[in-house]
Amino acid sequence: MIKNITNLGDAAVYCDFGNQIDQETNLNVIKYFKNLKELKIEGITNITPSYNKLIVSFEPSVTNYEKLKNKIIDLKLHNKENQNSKLIKIPICIDEEFSLDIKRLSKKLKMKYDQIYNSFFDKEYYCYMTGFIAGMPFLGDTRKNIRLNRLETPRVKVPKGSIGITEQFCNIYTYESPGGWNIIGNTPVKIFDKSNQENPALINPGDRVTFYKISKQEYRKYNE
Amino acid sequence: MSKNYFEILRPGINSTFQDLGRFNQHHIGIPMSGTMDKRNYLIGNKLVGNNNNISAIEFAYQGPLLKLQSSKVIAAVTGNVNFKILRANSNIEVGECYETFELNDGDQIDIISTNKSVYGYFFINGGFEIEPFWKSFSINTMAQIGPNNGTKFSLNQKLFIKNKESKFQKKRIEYLNSKIEFIRVLKGTNFNYFSEEGTNNFFNKEFTVSKLTDRMGMRIEGPKIENIIETNIKSEGLIKGVIQVPGDGNPIIMLSDYGTVGGYPKIAVVISADHDRLTQLTPGSKIKFKLVELKEAENLYKLYEIETKNILNQIR
Repeated sequence: MIKNITNLGDAAVYCDFGNQIDQETNLNVIKYFKNLKELKIEGITNITPSYNKLIVSFEPSVTNYEKLKNKIIDLKLHNKENQNSKLIKIPICIDEEFSLDIKRLSKKLKMKYDQIYNSFFDKEYYCYMTGFIAGMPFLGDTRKNIRLNRLETPRVKVPKGSIGITEQFCNIYTYESPGGWNIIGNTPVKIFDKSNQENPALINPGDRVTFYKISKQEYRKYNE
Repeated sequence: MSKNYFEILRPGINSTFQDLGRFNQHHIGIPMSGTMDKRNYLIGNKLVGNNNNISAIEFAYQGPLLKLQSSKVIAAVTGNVNFKILRANSNIEVGECYETFELNDGDQIDIISTNKSVYGYFFINGGFEIEPFWKSFSINTMAQIGPNNGTKFSLNQKLFIKNKESKFQKKRIEYLNSKIEFIRVLKGTNFNYFSEEGTNNFFNKEFTVSKLTDRMGMRIEGPKIENIIETNIKSEGLIKGVIQVPGDGNPIIMLSDYGTVGGYPKIAVVISADHDRLTQLTPGSKIKFKLVELKEAENLYKLYEIETKNILNQIR
């Protein structure tokens, strides 16, 4: 449940579900997201679920923080069945051309490249949310031995398809964009398809994801 | 078949279609986008007789050079913009912002530069022949969605227009884009992550807008803001105006094409009333932040709305 509600600027309500990052907390966030969305409350411009937070932004000429906060507190949740969770298998190439931060990881974690990759591939991940850029999935949890902070200064351009890790999470850059995650490889798979307006994201919250290694040759041929 | 388009003889630096933005797509990673300077957008549409949902051409620093291949259209430019109208008969007229003018077949509009500001807007009566994407005409070049396949304008391309027959009426207003002395902010949700010296620096020292500034965000430089708790947070939602401070201590202000979630601590959030003037700050501009309370921010936004309405009401 919501532990604390505050304002984020003058045009958003910030709902904190606690410090715990686990699937139970996240499913709660998603439940609030779905229930609020259904109500189509006037003035709301966006509802943004993340691991353990829900941000409800609004047009301040139509409504205000106090009014929306009360609506969220009074919200009557009705149980919703979770959408069918899919298992998705994503190929990655870890050639040095793509693994931009493996050196940094190896140095900071004091691990060999192989050890890092073995830990990474040997795991099934859960999709907590999609966002930052269109369709980017935030997956968890990575094994404890490969957890590291973001880059001190984010990159201005991270190549499209890059797989990044930071803390207990990994993600996939669906477009070229700025970003601060440690990049360990690249996938040729189209994770976000804008031509599919109804369901553009390949990976959605609640889905499960595994990764497998492909060669540079397979990578090049993938979209032929 | 009658011609009805503008030919792009020079695309300009960052020319796109923008409207009031794309709503309710944050959960898949699509930001609001939309016009960087809302007031100038509203004024321009009102001048040419359009409603608020008819997209404008937004440009940064240098605008496009467009040649009309159509019967006449009513047009206007807003912002602080230098432009010329090159008539088909070779006459050259110096353009005036905030007033309507007519363009005839073969005329060109040369939007030379924005003056001491970043964004300017070009409007035509009836708007352009474009399709919305998720109910918005805003081009999001990052996700490549919106009209024009979600890309900036390019050379020799045609921008088709809706031919709306309308009697020309000269309309103009006096409007001066005011400068801003302080960017007013509310405390961010991670305000206490920063040292006292860090927050003192944030509110008392001057910052410079860096060259790494675009529709997505504005990086600023100044005294480093020291983090004493944790330089990362678990990624969570962002909105326009949020100021994140990464580990290097240099703040980044989110603008219209922001990433929908981010994992750097939020020191502050720019109040909605100051967004338009914030986005117009050019690289090299000096800024200072001033802390306000929520009630004050809400009142300042009401004031901003009233001012905007008063300006729009002058246009008849």
